[in-house]
Amino acid sequence: MWIRILALVIKEFITLLKEPKSRAVLIVPPLVQLLVFGYAATYDLKQAPYALYNEDPGPGGRRLAAMLRGSSSFSEAATVSSIDEVAPLVDARRVLLLIHIDARFTRDLLAGKPARLQVIVDGRNSNTALIAVGYVRNVVGRFNREWSGERGLPAPPAVLETRAWFNPNLESRWFFLPGIIGILTLLVTMVITAMSVAREREQGTFDQLLVTPMRPVELLLGKALPGFIIGFLEATAITLIAVLWFRIPLLGSLATLYAGLALFLLSAVGIGLMISSLSVTQQQGLLGAFLFMVPAVILSGFATPIANMPAAVQLLTLLDPLRYFLVILRKLFLEGAPAASLVHQLWPMAVIGLASMALAGWLFRHRMA
Amino acid sequence: MSGRGGAAMRLRGLVRKEFLQIVRDPSSIAIAFVMPLVLLLLFGYGLSLDVEHVPVALVVERPSADTADFVGSLEGSRYFAPLAVPGMRAAEQALLEGRVDAIVRLRADFAARERRPGGAPVQLIVNGIDANTARLVEGYLDGVTTAWLARRAAEHGERFDAPVAVEHRVWFNSDVRSRNFLVPGLVVVIMTLIGALLTAMVMAREWERGTMEALIVTPVAVGEILLGKLIPYFVLGIGGMLLSVAMATWLFDVPLVGSFWLLLLTSAVFLLVALGMGLLISSVARAQFVAGQVAIITTFLPAFLLSGFIFEIRNMPAVVQVITHLFAARYFVAIVTTLFLAGDVWSVIVPNTLALALMAVVFLGMTRLRTRKRLE
Repeated sequence: MWIRILALVIKEFITLLKEPKSRAVLIVPPLVQLLVFGYAATYDLKQAPYALYNEDPGPGGRRLAAMLRGSSSFSEAATVSSIDEVAPLVDARRVLLLIHIDARFTRDLLAGKPARLQVIVDGRNSNTALIAVGYVRNVVGRFNREWSGERGLPAPPAVLETRAWFNPNLESRWFFLPGIIGILTLLVTMVITAMSVAREREQGTFDQLLVTPMRPVELLLGKALPGFIIGFLEATAITLIAVLWFRIPLLGSLATLYAGLALFLLSAVGIGLMISSLSVTQQQGLLGAFLFMVPAVILSGFATPIANMPAAVQLLTLLDPLRYFLVILRKLFLEGAPAASLVHQLWPMAVIGLASMALAGWLFRHRMA
Repeated sequence: MSGRGGAAMRLRGLVRKEFLQIVRDPSSIAIAFVMPLVLLLLFGYGLSLDVEHVPVALVVERPSADTADFVGSLEGSRYFAPLAVPGMRAAEQALLEGRVDAIVRLRADFAARERRPGGAPVQLIVNGIDANTARLVEGYLDGVTTAWLARRAAEHGERFDAPVAVEHRVWFNSDVRSRNFLVPGLVVVIMTLIGALLTAMVMAREWERGTMEALIVTPVAVGEILLGKLIPYFVLGIGGMLLSVAMATWLFDVPLVGSFWLLLLTSAVFLLVALGMGLLISSVARAQFVAGQVAIITTFLPAFLLSGFIFEIRNMPAVVQVITHLFAARYFVAIVTTLFLAGDVWSVIVPNTLALALMAVVFLGMTRLRTRKRLE
């Protein structure tokens, strides 16, 4: 039995790797993508351009402006001298923010009345807008503390003290990179397996396989193993880059990481084979993989938290193996979570994997084109 | 060779053949119409960056009138769903298990330190893994604390004001609904998929099956073959786009501030780029497996991650910013979000549309050249 499976696996590898083009698309892109996306995926504001409209002749406005200029999150892209100049700058996306210090700013500050700082922000990406306003508030908070301290003004009776665990500088890259590892692994594995049966069906060779002495289980294993092995190697390479190049801390145990990876690959391969055995052409296989993958990425909590989704959609995410793997990756990398705490992420992937594999095996026999 | 009339007839034949193939293969229809429907429903309802009712563990080490007052403020906020826990150990456990996103802790000396200089700390511990949510939580708690302080001061007949107060206004999306930019961005992702992925597979299939050679020996010109491929998928893509826009405006109440015709026109240009890219990929790759892989690599994830749809391009390192210029989705995301939310801003639309037009010419021209070379 194992010899027959091995023969099929070798044949699959030859189909995948014999052509230089096909070899290249399997190996190079995931690594390049990790490098590019690793840098691209961040919510942290860097040098966000703002326009300064300072009507205040006094030192208060100048001091606040200097603090903004000193922050690496912002860069002053324009100074305007009338409110009419603002709209074209924001409209054309030349600046993200307008900071308006009004004429009474220093006077109000010195008189102990609240001085107003007006911020107008481009809301075309409302997330960026909120983040930018938050950053401005931080700068103003620092200004307020310094100002009150120097003048001996009464301090507020309570102050907020924040500490961030597991990611002290709140770098969003630490959040996204483990997610990208999961997505790229899914992509590679799904494409290989989704095309594998479909290719044979399209070329008519699958019927030949069915009349060989191979049993469906052997066929299933022979088709599943190549995707599994390539996914495994690819995930290892990607993880190495994440740790060595991007310096993401990997605090948890490698054994747990690989246990999670193995179950995740099982479910990805299972779903891929299921799609593949449903399709008669390679095009259907690939598009089917896509129809699964796009929602899987979106519902996994990669870019937006699952907790923000409505209850019905949250239920749907339970079917998404990537959802569980992302939790495992993030918790292992950043928290160093013990294996025991991840059990509830591991078993659903095993269930999805086994169920989809069984279904794929059944479909081998029962869907004849 | 017949003249003009013959060309039109040949083209009609090719287009008809392609349409029949589309109609008979459910997977293209699925990509063009079912996927936009499913994705928009999922995204529109499912994707949101707006954090509300954040579960937080609340540790009050020595309850007093003051802490009860603060807790009342926290419970009244729509941003928080506080869960009272007996001590830090239980709170840490809840944070590690992911049952709460943050811990708010009022120490035993809260009431005493309120009267001392420096003030009493409201301690916030956030789970920093999701840095974005952590920041939002910090901002919201800051808001709750400030409002609580102001209210208390007012009750005591004092005034407590920070020296500088920030007033912010968000233009183009005054309720700060993340759906308003996620849904238009999604239109771009969907059109990229329809355009590039479908055409890449379709051409590669003809090469792989040898039907391309069969087409070549007929009197059809190369340009006609390419046009015959372009037209049906162009129609399909515009159909998908209209469906997406209809859902965005009617189902999800995303305002379409700019002109619909301008949106249609720019979409048409973008679709030409996507189709051109698909055709170019397939004329280079020729095998469906390779074409499909390349199309996925160059379309879906870049449209998702490098287009400015979710991640702001300005925050990326300079090298990556340069790379984003190679992807058409970047220009189209700028156009679409502007048209939907800001209106007909020519300073955004004209340069981005020109960039798209240039890319369309380059892709289609290269496809034309490559295809001819291979045939001779």
